[in-house]
Amino acid sequence: MKKVLIIGASSAIAEAVARLYAQRGDHLFLTARSPDRLQSLIDDLRIRGCPQIFGQPMDANDFAAHAAMLERAEADLGGLDVVLMAHGTLPDQAACAASVELTLNEIRTNALSVISLATLVANRFERQGRGTLAVISSVAGDRGRQSNYVYGSAKAMVSTFLSGLRQRLFKAGVAVVTIKPGFVDTPMTRDFKKGPLWAGPEKVARGIVRAIDRRGAVVYLPSFWRGIMWVIHSIPEFLFKRLSL
Amino acid sequence: MTGFSPLSWGRALRVPQRLYFLNDRHANWPPRVRTGGGTCLAFGNGRSYGDSCLNAHGELLMTRGLDRFLNFDPETGLLVCESGVLLADILRLFVPQGWFLPVTPGTRYVTVGGAIANDVHGKNHHVAGTFGMHVERFELLRSDGTRLICSRADNHGLFAATIGGLGLTGLITWAALRLRRIANPWIDAETVRFRNLDGFFELSDESDRDYEYTVSWIDCSGRGKRLGRGLFMRGNHAPASAPTGLHRNREFTFPFVPPLSLVNPLSLKIFNTLYYHKQLATETRVVQHYEPFFHPLDGILEWNRMYGPKGFFQYQCAIPMASGREATAQLLEAIGRSGLGSFLAVLKRFGSPVSPGLLSFPLHGVTLALDFPNRGPRLHALFERLDAIVRASGGRLYPAKDGRMDGSLFRAGYPQCQAFSEWIDPGFSSSFWRRVMESS
Repeated sequence: MKKVLIIGASSAIAEAVARLYAQRGDHLFLTARSPDRLQSLIDDLRIRGCPQIFGQPMDANDFAAHAAMLERAEADLGGLDVVLMAHGTLPDQAACAASVELTLNEIRTNALSVISLATLVANRFERQGRGTLAVISSVAGDRGRQSNYVYGSAKAMVSTFLSGLRQRLFKAGVAVVTIKPGFVDTPMTRDFKKGPLWAGPEKVARGIVRAIDRRGAVVYLPSFWRGIMWVIHSIPEFLFKRLSL
Repeated sequence: MTGFSPLSWGRALRVPQRLYFLNDRHANWPPRVRTGGGTCLAFGNGRSYGDSCLNAHGELLMTRGLDRFLNFDPETGLLVCESGVLLADILRLFVPQGWFLPVTPGTRYVTVGGAIANDVHGKNHHVAGTFGMHVERFELLRSDGTRLICSRADNHGLFAATIGGLGLTGLITWAALRLRRIANPWIDAETVRFRNLDGFFELSDESDRDYEYTVSWIDCSGRGKRLGRGLFMRGNHAPASAPTGLHRNREFTFPFVPPLSLVNPLSLKIFNTLYYHKQLATETRVVQHYEPFFHPLDGILEWNRMYGPKGFFQYQCAIPMASGREATAQLLEAIGRSGLGSFLAVLKRFGSPVSPGLLSFPLHGVTLALDFPNRGPRLHALFERLDAIVRASGGRLYPAKDGRMDGSLFRAGYPQCQAFSEWIDPGFSSSFWRRVMESS
């Protein structure tokens, strides 16, 4: 039995992960922005077999609330083994290009809030000498592309931050897992045309649970994205800047 | 909104429609649905065969994201869940706890909302009635934003209209249904071979009292003395003491759409003959897991692809008891003469329980269901001959399976359709409804 905190639990991927943990009988503490949705998640997961489940509504952009929430999660669960951060938004790139304010808000939601939470979780795990911190970053962070570079740069910041954190915490026996999903068919991406590269949230969720169990480092989901991103990463800049990706 | 448009199960009808994905039952309508001027319709898991789950040039509300359980009372078996929950999800979770669906249709891959909107039936109709008869209450979200709790006591008119109401009365966000106790996942099942239609009716008389579940498969290629020959399947939930085996859930996905239908006169003749003779003994008895007993086709995901790019039509009618024997014989003769056999012909006797649903399909009598590859005009000529028999016998067709019936046949079969239309939400419509109510 594990004691798992999921931040941003109403995201489709996080909800699918929570169902897998519930089926296994792990104990859960969830946060979500909407109190109504949080309550429906808790009711649902309890019926799906979760023996102990708690939650607290929280807006991840309310940085002042982070420490108290962690305090409460640890107290309710009687400890913390795994923290999964899944909150985020998918910015409208064109709107961001026209608005500095919107761009900075998106960076705040998708990068700064993660860094705030990850710092606090890392220090706790370092003190207790164990734990697994998993964060949903994105393949979009591997290289900036004109179609979503605000989202991409926020995720790049998260990935780089986690890379450093992983080194720092290795000595303390704490695992830091960077999850990089490719295209996932969720409400966040409902306006996209779907093709063969798309995966369902359940499949990605199984990959996340497996990566956390194995205390992986950087995990692409599905795994073929590692190859795709290697290719994209290898394209020389003089060529890349001419592409319409 | 996305670029693709879902097909219904028959894959024969393609219409343009805009999609809206729901994932929060508390959410209010998006502005487009509220004021768009067009109409919307809930789309669950797309197991309706024709156009009752389609809304050409309108909005489809995709409900599979509403898949949460709200409450379960282990004392009474009352389950409350969102409308996009699949019956398969309920079975997976609750069978190990000793509970079963009160009524299950031939596939477990339908949503709870779809099961209510089509008031589906199963092999136990003669004792348990329809799915809707086990629904205690549900929440209906109307296009004007009001949310109504409907039950036998509250908003009874909408309750009765929504059961079997083809999704036209609003969006069901959640529903409360009563599960039933079982001792284990096993069914004590028997298969009895019968030589003709009289054999079927004799077996029905003999079995409907002692067996909770009964259904028959008919060999459509049987003519003359063999008309209506087939296999009668009957069973009961196994008692706690029954010897049980090991069940392995094997699923196979039909991998592609073949360029031509794999169902054709030759393959049909071979399949039907082999299937009829699959057992040497006239009667066999096995203790069987519930999945192959109730949902034999669910082992092959996307089996509808085998009918090729043009898809297929299902024809399912219900005939009142008085003319049941005679009309069934006429229907089977007409199909035999046409040479357009059916891969799966299913015959079952419906019982006397009456659903509250105004447009509920089952009536006390017999129901015959057949699948036909889409062969265009030749098939539609056969359908018209079958329609004439159904009409003359006072029967009706099942909207969930239909993509082509004439409006007058629908209105004759469902005399309550005018009373029903009073309850329709003005923001909701479907391709089916416009076809049968606005055509001659």
